[in-house]
Amino acid sequence: MDLSYTAEEQAFRQEVRSFLEEKLPKEMSDAVREGRGLGKEGHDRWHAILNEQGWLAPNWPKEFGGCGWNAVQRHIFEEECCRAHAPRIVPFGLSMLAPVLQKFGSKEQQDYYLPKILNGEHWWCQGYSEPGAGSDLASLKTKAVREGDHYIVNGQKTWTTLGQYANWIFCLVRTDPDAKQQEGISFLLIDMDTPGIEVRPIILLDGTHEVNEVWFTDVKVPVENLVGEENKGWTYAKYLLTHERTNIAGVGFSQAGLETVKRLARSQMHKGRPLIENPYFAARVAQAEIDLMAMSTTNLRIISAAASGQAPGVESSMLKVKGTEIRQEINDLARRAAGVYAMPFASEAVEGGNEPPIGPEGTAPVAAQYFNNRKLSIFGGSNEIQKNIIAKVKMGGRA
Amino acid sequence: MNFDLTEERQMLQDSLRRFLSDRYTTSVRNEILESEAGYSADIWGQLAELGVIGALFSEEDGGFGGAGFDISTVFEELGRAGVVEPLLDTALLGGGLIAALGDDSQKELVEEVIGGAVQLAFAHGEPTSRYETSRVETTATVEGAEIILKGQKAVVVNAEAADHLIVSARESGAVDATDGISLFLVPRDATGLSLRGYALLAGGRAAEVDLDGVRLPATARLGAAGGAYAAIADVLARAEVALAAETLGAMETATELTRQYLLTRTQFGRPIGTFQALQHRVAELLIELEQARSAVINAAGHLEGDARLRDLNIAAARNLIGRAGRLVAEDSIQMHGGIAMTQEYELAHIAKRIVMAEHRFGDADTQLERFLDLSAA
Ligand SMILES: Cc1cc2nc3c(=O)[nH]c(=O)nc-3n(C[C@H](O)[C@H](O)[C@H](O)COP(=O)(O)OP(=O)(O)OC[C@H]3O[C@@H](n4cnc5c(N)ncnc54)[C@H](O)[C@@H]3O)c2cc1C
Ligand SMILES: Cc1cc2nc3c(=O)[nH]c(=O)nc-3n(C[C@H](O)[C@H](O)[C@H](O)COP(=O)(O)OP(=O)(O)OC[C@H]3O[C@@H](n4cnc5c(N)ncnc54)[C@H](O)[C@@H]3O)c2cc1C
Repeated sequence: MDLSYTAEEQAFRQEVRSFLEEKLPKEMSDAVREGRGLGKEGHDRWHAILNEQGWLAPNWPKEFGGCGWNAVQRHIFEEECCRAHAPRIVPFGLSMLAPVLQKFGSKEQQDYYLPKILNGEHWWCQGYSEPGAGSDLASLKTKAVREGDHYIVNGQKTWTTLGQYANWIFCLVRTDPDAKQQEGISFLLIDMDTPGIEVRPIILLDGTHEVNEVWFTDVKVPVENLVGEENKGWTYAKYLLTHERTNIAGVGFSQAGLETVKRLARSQMHKGRPLIENPYFAARVAQAEIDLMAMSTTNLRIISAAASGQAPGVESSMLKVKGTEIRQEINDLARRAAGVYAMPFASEAVEGGNEPPIGPEGTAPVAAQYFNNRKLSIFGGSNEIQKNIIAKVKMGGRA
Repeated sequence: MNFDLTEERQMLQDSLRRFLSDRYTTSVRNEILESEAGYSADIWGQLAELGVIGALFSEEDGGFGGAGFDISTVFEELGRAGVVEPLLDTALLGGGLIAALGDDSQKELVEEVIGGAVQLAFAHGEPTSRYETSRVETTATVEGAEIILKGQKAVVVNAEAADHLIVSARESGAVDATDGISLFLVPRDATGLSLRGYALLAGGRAAEVDLDGVRLPATARLGAAGGAYAAIADVLARAEVALAAETLGAMETATELTRQYLLTRTQFGRPIGTFQALQHRVAELLIELEQARSAVINAAGHLEGDARLRDLNIAAARNLIGRAGRLVAEDSIQMHGGIAMTQEYELAHIAKRIVMAEHRFGDADTQLERFLDLSAA
């Protein structure tokens, strides 16, 4: 048992830290810290900076242009990025689709798509969920019918995150309506400029436009855009989901969030003293911190098991549940710390033209973030579904 | 013991519930939320006509109610429908302060409030006062026959729509002393008063108010110089009962929407309400709802009595509802899944009302602290 990082790992951390100090534009880290959106340009710019450094794809093998980092290095990188308030790397192309293409895609698909993910030419979004297929993803109805060298796609996807920026979407579609649910699904890559695709915004409860509905009407997709074999898409979908759940613990986000809470609580006054000195508030922050300390080690234990070749099993479900609970609790603390200044509607309070945000520094976005992050326990397999998985595995399949 | 509403209150509840379910539909409300005013003058007029504003004032003040259970009855319905119109601000806070401290000519405003003709806002909290009701840094200085106000007021709900602001300012005493605070009736267009308005996350609007040497005639003061705190505490107690009841109503709606949704939403070939994991959570929400209802009854029933006991019950109710409300809001969203995260869906608004209520007059932690202080006293 040794809880300290090796000398090489510490040197690596230092290297990442210096890079971020040098290359992360200040206006970008300010925007992230203040909870402002970056827009497509902002994301593209940060991706380009990372790509230039060769650090855009921590989870890719070297042969495809990735960093070839091990799990501990990836963890250190994540942690430092959060600490520096770097923008989140949009995961759909880089950490969801790419591993699928690397494992199941054809040589042509790998050669064509992977470089375009790195250079930003393709912005991918995830077309899994449908109005009637959420937790029960395998009940999806969007259908693709083969006609010659094309599939004709009809149906509707929903909750498509950042679909408004994307030019490509990877979709699960039903290619065999007569097969058992999981067996008639295929994995298709679709150019969003194809005629018949319509993207409609969904506004979330905090006022942000983050997700969309995507409608397909007689959309012609070349058969070479099929990944792997027809009707075997469920296998690839599940493989992708295990990747979706990496870094689901979000330790770095929670650490940064806890710093925000403390910063707010140092500047907010309660009965003439800084709120951080109030025992009721301080106790709650301390409890969140205690949970996070243990969580961080749980995460490292699982990461180092993975680094030595053991595939994470139900542990990733455990990380998802606990990690999202802690993040949500920290969001709640930030909301409380802001007091009455949590009340303004963030998009007016933060983006009020040339005027400074409403309220003391950092208070304006916290309530909106609290509400927005209710999503953490819903998407990527809801926490209830994760608990079902844990129970099923640990109760011998009888749950 | 009798926990039934009186006949009058039952009628008030029935007519208000009917009116709101007919007229205050989700689409109407969503329009109001997007509007520049942040509330509907039309709905306001009709609420006045229905007698809803009058029910919040005693007969002595020109109304026909005004007791704790009148307030809780009205606000539970407002909460159930997610109403964003500023009844709390104009009627309970603004109107209540004028009724408590005003002279005969000032009190004419109360009549207008009850008739629906006037909007008010209570400009009391300041950027560093958080939830502390006696911390007032804004100053009032007497200069001959005039009074000059200087200071800043934070998150003043309904300030832009208000015809008059009721502004608290210190004439003497330490910055957090209860003695030395006065109230002034300030026309919204007074010289030296400026507003920076914005929408609130849970609906309605507020403003940061800057008082840069606002000059008022001495007749603008409500009551005796430096002696307003007791009336402020009374009015805030009424507002807290209202807010607790409003949140209870919203919690009922959230729970009911969730119960209904679980019966209709199908996943894995069956309604998700057949999964025991979700059934037990609904059962928990229903249990908490009964607790919340009892807490509101305790608070409303003690509103007219001894001040310490009143405040103890209010702190207890607000702490319990702060905790139970968060559970109801978060679990309701969770059990709905993605759909509850959309702005248009009824639950999103209701959940925001529930959670954001904590930010007025003190969250669950602040109320816990207050409860312990009062218990020790
Ligand atoms: C902000 C946001 C972004 C998203 N981004 C994307 C995206 O980019 N691409 C994409 O494809 N999808 C995306 N999703 C969709 C997301 O994956 C789904 O919301 C999620 O799978 C849950 O499905 P649902 O919302 O239909 O809820 P439902 O499946 O209807 O679930 C409702 C509730 O029932 C519970 N439940 C369901 N079944 C069971 C069971 N068997 N036992 C116990 N409890 C159960 C759930 O846990 C939940 O609490 C996003 C969602 C959100 C909110
Ligand atoms: C101190 C004590 C005094 C008692 N006194 C008396 C007495 O005077 N007379 C008498 O007749 N009995 C008495 N009982 C018995 C008592 O009523 C039983 O213990 C009780 O009914 C639970 O039964 P069980 O202990 O067999 O637990 P089980 O029924 O085996 O339950 C085990 C666990 O599974 C849960 N569970 C069971 N079914 C479900 C379900 N469908 N869904 C979800 N969870 C479920 C239970 O809630 C419990 O947590 C007493 C018990 C105790 C401990």
